[in-house]
Amino acid sequence: MKRTYLAAAAVMMLAAGSALAQGKISGEVVKIGVLTDMSGLYSDIGGQGSVLAAQMAVEDFGGKVKGRKIEVVAADHQNKADVASSKVRQWIDREGVDMLTDALNSAVALATARLVAEKKRVFIDTGAASTRLTNEECTPYTIHHTYDTFALANGTGKAVVAHGGDSWFFLTADYAFGHSLEKDTAEVVKASGGKVLGAVRHPLSASDFSSFLLQAQASKAKIIGLANAGGDTINSIKSANEFGLTRRQTLAGLLVFITDIHSLGLNATQGMYVTEGWYWNLNDETRKWSRRYFDRMKKMPSSNQAGVYSAVTMFLKAVDGAGTDDADAVMAWLRRNPQSDMFGKNMKLREDGRLLHEMYLFQVKKPGESNGPWDYYHVRQTIPADQAFQPLSASKCTLVKKK
Amino acid sequence: MDEIFGIPTQALLGQLLLGLVNGSFYAMLSLGLAVIFGLLNIVNFAHGALYMVGAYVAWMALEYFGLDYWWALVLAPLVVGAFGILIERLLLRWLYQLDHLYGLLLTFGVALILEGTYRYFFGVSGQPYPVPDALMGATDLGFMVLPNYRAWVVAASLAVCLVTWYVIERTRLGAYLRAATENPRLVQAFGVNVPLLVTLTYGFGVALAAFAGVLAAPIIQVTPLMGSNLIIIVFAVVVIGGMGSILGSIFTGLGLGVIEGLTKVFYPEASSTVVFVIMAIVLLLRPAGLFGREK
Repeated sequence: MKRTYLAAAAVMMLAAGSALAQGKISGEVVKIGVLTDMSGLYSDIGGQGSVLAAQMAVEDFGGKVKGRKIEVVAADHQNKADVASSKVRQWIDREGVDMLTDALNSAVALATARLVAEKKRVFIDTGAASTRLTNEECTPYTIHHTYDTFALANGTGKAVVAHGGDSWFFLTADYAFGHSLEKDTAEVVKASGGKVLGAVRHPLSASDFSSFLLQAQASKAKIIGLANAGGDTINSIKSANEFGLTRRQTLAGLLVFITDIHSLGLNATQGMYVTEGWYWNLNDETRKWSRRYFDRMKKMPSSNQAGVYSAVTMFLKAVDGAGTDDADAVMAWLRRNPQSDMFGKNMKLREDGRLLHEMYLFQVKKPGESNGPWDYYHVRQTIPADQAFQPLSASKCTLVKKK
Repeated sequence: MDEIFGIPTQALLGQLLLGLVNGSFYAMLSLGLAVIFGLLNIVNFAHGALYMVGAYVAWMALEYFGLDYWWALVLAPLVVGAFGILIERLLLRWLYQLDHLYGLLLTFGVALILEGTYRYFFGVSGQPYPVPDALMGATDLGFMVLPNYRAWVVAASLAVCLVTWYVIERTRLGAYLRAATENPRLVQAFGVNVPLLVTLTYGFGVALAAFAGVLAAPIIQVTPLMGSNLIIIVFAVVVIGGMGSILGSIFTGLGLGVIEGLTKVFYPEASSTVVFVIMAIVLLLRPAGLFGREK
């Protein structure tokens, strides 16, 4: 696979003439910055695993691009936009970082996007969910890689309504991300013919969910949509089981990662629908990569960590292809050349920064159906790349030319 | 009457009861803090982390040794209490002569180290802990279905709180303790081993935290961060009740749990701040707290 790509890249370079191929790489090394949550509530989804994924991408690429060494640096953004901003400034201004990735947490990602627009560096976001990255706050240097709130709402919302879950009540984390996920999902539910009966907003990292869940229970909605993430989702699901809500109502996790399923166990999560951009057990290629990852990390990768691998890989291919690490040239190359790797096939980069790839609707297996740890998902539907994301016609991005 | 302020009475009763469940956790944790502050003058910031360690001891006992919930309920307070005694002997005792701030910083450091260590080994998503078989199921109370386990939590924590109150306020040992709080030198002169008393008190205080941790394990996910989500509220409870007041922390813990529960019905967005609003008001009107004495 890689060899064909290198060959293709070589041919392209010949065709493009040798002007660009002079190796205009700034600095002695090509530096990749993994900006992630190392210790907080998202560190199982990104964290050290994302750093490893980036390193694997560099190793698989051969450790060098255009004769320059490739180096991975990592920082803990602590889920704070200001910490992230100062780190990114330092990376770009003083340490010559060429590309940024991961950026779990939408506040961090939005702050980073503003900085890369000003300083012209490539930013391939895999971790943040907010669709603002490709709408109001789109930049010529941002690529939104793994998923977003629209795709999650679209996948899970449509599927659940289609399976008879036509009345919804939302349990929403009371901040920008939760509200946007609730809004996107409510729109999908209504468009698919369902009803939204109400919502309750809980504070971030609430210590107890039982009273919110009782309100959801009283609504008599068939589906309780969990517009929250991480530990909040985990504790919502746990309490819902304890109070017996799951006997008459069904939970729909709107942002659930495989690490959440792993830590809750199948007893509490069986039957849930989950939308993700990637799963380790999709095909031979994903399994092979994930086994290698597992051998070093002792955990299976999340879709975000796989996304980091893919993001770093496509950046390195673009540097190689464009013959420079100049952000404009790299972005132009990526727009011209759809990418394929173990994350996805023929992934096209749209002008608003959205990377188009397939999304998957999964259903969590029953305990008896699983072959052991990490074997958790049935693939219920593959959502084609052109239907998975917000259509370009609805984009609020100023880079999109209105026809 | 079917409705109160537009909320069905049944739902309201249900929320009151849930508030009481949360209040029992606040009561038990703030009780430990109050006992420790009363005698040691240490603001024990490690309390949340030790609560988390208690939950993890329960989880590890089940996972690695097959010891069930009831064992954990005894084992975790002992293990964590012993660990607390170690902290007191090795670290805290050097700080008694200094300002409160040093004890606070030291215990905060201990909390960060504990949380970091557990995060390193277990990640942040945490581990599930099953509800013990004997307490599975739920009881229909007419106005709500109450999981049996939550009822047990209220009963167990009330019992522990009352026993603690009785020992401190009504027994000879408690009298020594209270006397040592007032004037350690004098009590020592009467032949009471005050340093031993101090060590055991710290051990007991953190054992309470561990006990609360075991009680919490089947309800919320056992994670390294479970304590830090709770500890700030518990500190507010202690401040409202009056630093060092035993009865104060029990009553305020339960009361604030109920108030918080009601907020979740009327205006859920404010449920994480209501405790702090009350704290601000109480501090303005009664700086020593509701049950505290002015010094």
